[in-house]
Amino acid sequence: MTELHQFSLAELAAGLKTKRFSSLELTRHFLGRIDRHNPALNAFITVTAEAALAHAAQADRSLASGEGTALTGLPLAHKDIFCTDGVLTTCASRMLSNFVAPYDATVVTRLKAAGMVMLGKTNMDEFAMGSSNETSWYGPVKNPWDVKKVPGGSSGGSAAAVAARLSPVATGTDTGGSIRQPAALTSLTGIKPTYGRVSRYGMIAFASSLDQAGVLGLSAHDAALMLQAMSGFDPRDSTSVDAPVPDYVATLDQPLSGLKIGLVKEFFEKGLDEANGKLVRDALSEYQKLGAKLIEVSLPSLPLSVPTYYVVAPAECSSNLSRFDGVRFGYSCKEPRDLMDLYTRSRGEGFGAEVKRRIMTGAYVLSAGYYDAYYLKAQKVRRQIADDFERAFKQVDVLMGPTSPSPAFDIGAKVDDPITMYLNDIYTIGANLAGVPAMSIPCGFLGGLPVGLQIIGGHFAEAKLLNVAHAYQRETDWHKKMPQSFA
Amino acid sequence: MSLEAKDVAKIAHLARLAITEQEMPAYAESLSKIFSFVEQLNAADVDNVEPMAHPLAGQVQRMRADEVTETDAHEKYQRNAPRVEASLYLVPKVLE
Repeated sequence: MTELHQFSLAELAAGLKTKRFSSLELTRHFLGRIDRHNPALNAFITVTAEAALAHAAQADRSLASGEGTALTGLPLAHKDIFCTDGVLTTCASRMLSNFVAPYDATVVTRLKAAGMVMLGKTNMDEFAMGSSNETSWYGPVKNPWDVKKVPGGSSGGSAAAVAARLSPVATGTDTGGSIRQPAALTSLTGIKPTYGRVSRYGMIAFASSLDQAGVLGLSAHDAALMLQAMSGFDPRDSTSVDAPVPDYVATLDQPLSGLKIGLVKEFFEKGLDEANGKLVRDALSEYQKLGAKLIEVSLPSLPLSVPTYYVVAPAECSSNLSRFDGVRFGYSCKEPRDLMDLYTRSRGEGFGAEVKRRIMTGAYVLSAGYYDAYYLKAQKVRRQIADDFERAFKQVDVLMGPTSPSPAFDIGAKVDDPITMYLNDIYTIGANLAGVPAMSIPCGFLGGLPVGLQIIGGHFAEAKLLNVAHAYQRETDWHKKMPQSFA
Repeated sequence: MSLEAKDVAKIAHLARLAITEQEMPAYAESLSKIFSFVEQLNAADVDNVEPMAHPLAGQVQRMRADEVTETDAHEKYQRNAPRVEASLYLVPKVLE
């Protein structure tokens, strides 16, 4: 018999509608799995069992009276970067280890309004700064496919929770690859929408011109259901885009014949693990069978995306994180001598090493005498990278390539060398700099570890991305594989 | 590019971060690596390129009507504050 956690979100939604099981049963089942398996994974920072059961009972009443949305009664987990009213919201930092959010993020509000049941808040890299989930104040998250490996980051807790089926779906955020890279490393479907598609209100800011909320789930269909509810204009986010949200589920089954796929030449050059690249090429052949045409394209400025990002993102982070002053909320040092001591010690003791490194990088590149050489220069190269993408999308419908240079690496392997760690995001950062939507879908395994295929689209092409991903998932079953230890 | 401990101390001051003497060498090393790494940008020819601050072309900051939209919630917000008295945030004495 198939157990409840072995169904996709779409299948669970159907089961709730036909009363095969109740939201309360579903919620209890997943809470039980969190109890049993979370100690091995460290995927959750907070579990909100009591509130979850109350919301599930409420969802069951809505469903019984024939009300409710496509998502009513379905459990989910939120990355601990989203503010949740009355619930601890830490951003995996000591700085916010005592912070009870006084309001809900818009993403949380919308999914709550859709009737979803929050199971808890997931672990992450501190302030979303990391690619391995090792910078968390709450300790590293383990990869369910091999607990000695990292799950990727920064949305590593969300990835591990869904991959191990402790939650059927989870929210994430992606500033330089933080949804797509963990999705690739844990065999999930992850989508980062267009910048401005999903509200950033109540999502703790890292780099405001790059941050975007999205989904980690088991399939493109599941991601479509979630994105539908999350997307749309929000007057509380000054960069939210006021544009209609298409019906993402309705176009999932469109045929791919004639689809033009751009193979990004720069994605397949040095740095890519050969066997990893082979699996990506196999997936591309599968697309040819579905009627798509492969066209090689070049994005000549793309090799500069990592250095560009590591100027722009730290600059924005140093501004955003200046709000943590030890006065109004968050960690505050003991017995400050004076105001300067209060600021510097609260921040010095409250932030972890990687966050401090990025704040200092940002402070430096923005400082007098260095602004033009670093920050202005990076903004100009960012324009060239964005122009490369724009030119490519005049030629092709979507771009494809690897999500990550290699499968999951050992916990501890890269943590001491920031540059090696930063280069993990070499294929994902471009989409953030250009603001375009991108996905990662499972496309195979190397030595038992998952590999992801990245699909990138033009601005607001989420429906196309989901359609392209879904077509592949109808022909393959990589996305249905489960880590045996957590089956 | 190679930073020394005194450079890190200066940056840490700009960023209002207390960094201990013991931590200095490690930050000097890793920040030097990062700044050397981003020096790749020097190779880019960006003459006449307009800097890009925002990923969506033509987006302008919206204005909103000058109306009250927030209600007073200071009690709720100040529950997160480390030191509050009479609805005021307390800081160490600034004026003697």
